[in-house]
Amino acid sequence: MLESLINLLESWGINRAADQLQYLLIPGTIPFAIWETIYTTALATVFAYVIGLPLGIILVTGEKGGIRPLPPALMKALNIIVNLLRSVPFTILMVVCFPLARLILGTSIGTTASIVPLTLAAAPFVARVVESSLREMDRGVIEAAQAMGCSPWQIVTKVMIPECKPSLIAGFTTATITILSYGAMAGAIGGGGLGAMALLRGHGRQERLVLYVSVVFLVILVQIIQSIGTALCVKTDRRINHTNKKKRGTKQ
Amino acid sequence: MSQPIIELKGLTKRFEGADTVLALENIDLTVDEGQIYGVIGLSGAGKSTLVRCINLLEKPTAGTVTVDGKLLTALSEKELRAVRKSIGMIFQHFNLLMQRTCLQNITFPLELVGTPKKEAEQRARELLKIVDLESKADAYPAQLSGGQKQRIAIARTLATDPKVLLCDEATSALDPKTTRDILRLIRDINHRLGITVVIITHDMKVIEEICTHVAILDHGHLVEKGSVEAVFSRPQSEAGRRLVYPDGVPLELLPEGRVIRVAFNGGTAYQPLIASMAKDLGVLVNILGADTRNIDGKAFGTMLLGLPEDPVQAQKAVNYIASQKNITMEEVRDYHAGIAD
Repeated sequence: MLESLINLLESWGINRAADQLQYLLIPGTIPFAIWETIYTTALATVFAYVIGLPLGIILVTGEKGGIRPLPPALMKALNIIVNLLRSVPFTILMVVCFPLARLILGTSIGTTASIVPLTLAAAPFVARVVESSLREMDRGVIEAAQAMGCSPWQIVTKVMIPECKPSLIAGFTTATITILSYGAMAGAIGGGGLGAMALLRGHGRQERLVLYVSVVFLVILVQIIQSIGTALCVKTDRRINHTNKKKRGTKQ
Repeated sequence: MSQPIIELKGLTKRFEGADTVLALENIDLTVDEGQIYGVIGLSGAGKSTLVRCINLLEKPTAGTVTVDGKLLTALSEKELRAVRKSIGMIFQHFNLLMQRTCLQNITFPLELVGTPKKEAEQRARELLKIVDLESKADAYPAQLSGGQKQRIAIARTLATDPKVLLCDEATSALDPKTTRDILRLIRDINHRLGITVVIITHDMKVIEEICTHVAILDHGHLVEKGSVEAVFSRPQSEAGRRLVYPDGVPLELLPEGRVIRVAFNGGTAYQPLIASMAKDLGVLVNILGADTRNIDGKAFGTMLLGLPEDPVQAQKAVNYIASQKNITMEEVRDYHAGIAD
């Protein structure tokens, strides 16, 4: 059976199919790559939100006319930093981050080390995603909260975040998938995972079977994350959940 | 009951910007405890700004705001937040928290002051009873009609036992029947709980329906204020007349001569009076305007009549109308004088 599969693959123009299949079928090869991808993505997403969520909130609340205006110079500086970090290509950022990763983790190479540039690249992106979610907030509801004597902190924690939860979840899904795809590039600095597999073995050694297989698994991962995210977003949204009358267009 | 609870002195609000807008200028207004005070004006008159200045959602550029003996304009942000808990406010678009159930919306202000959950829930259920929506405790606002949403908003604002209720165009997004229901609820709250109410509206019917006092705002100026009867029977200002008298007749084009207001109570039709006067006396009067108003649940027809310029004929008409049953009549003496200034 294996024989005929190899023959089929070779007939499709895939060279050294037997070697590639052998590599892919080593127990643990694929599961470990998937695990590394999930591990890198999850940690980087968490760290990106630790930085990006407060930053996104400040971008909304701190502006002129916001619920807790900050000095315009500070707001301008924050915006510039966010834009600056977002405009640096990720591959460049990875290299620039070597010293920082070494400072934090003691090494600049490997799967864990790749989390540093990933976080740094994703945090400003997360900040913008959070910012745009919070901007959907109805001004009137915030005004009502102020009229009830809410402090700015209470408005953020009890009004803005709970009211924008569906949109924040949708944003979280987008951010996670973006980080996953950035993470695939981390193979270039010795990071592991499906991306590294595709990049180093698939592309580097011209092992097209490995390339296809790792990409297929990446696609499946993205599909799963997106489906869970969309389902959660719809399920938590009380504006649409319990009533069929109001339908909201899908948002991106 | 006649203790002043809201006092605005020299209130001025200027919106600085590319083109500075003077939204309010030198407003003096006193609202006594227990009153239902209407503030009426056309859109852009500054009504919403005025009501937002009462709880300082808008910071006045000049002047003072005193509510329940506290000089709000002198308080820090933190002190102000505490005071705002005793000033209720409802809005045109209800502004409910869409991700919370009705019950959770009502417990929200109680959460802010740290009321224990159980106690807050119990209080919320009492309030749901007051606004007649007990069955909707676990529904989300998206499932409610506009009138129901406003009831929940009212219940929410009552949760912290406010002394004052500010209504910012609270019925403007509702249909006429729902508007009456909500106004009735507000009046009920005023009567039963003794909460002073300030109502901002552009709709005369709202003022007629429940207000005891009214102030007329025109281009950022308070042009007239007093009891509803006083202002409605003798509007002193141009803006006041525009609001009180039925539309359609440009005031400048009215004929010189005496003007009287006739009120029909109890279903008397208009037509026979005018027609029979023409038939019996041969006196022709000019209908300047006519309207049916709902006052205290009864339908009252009012008509503004321009009498003939001939004083003898005019007096004949006055006597004739005065002799009719079910009709009250008053002369609008300063009608033309008012236009002149």
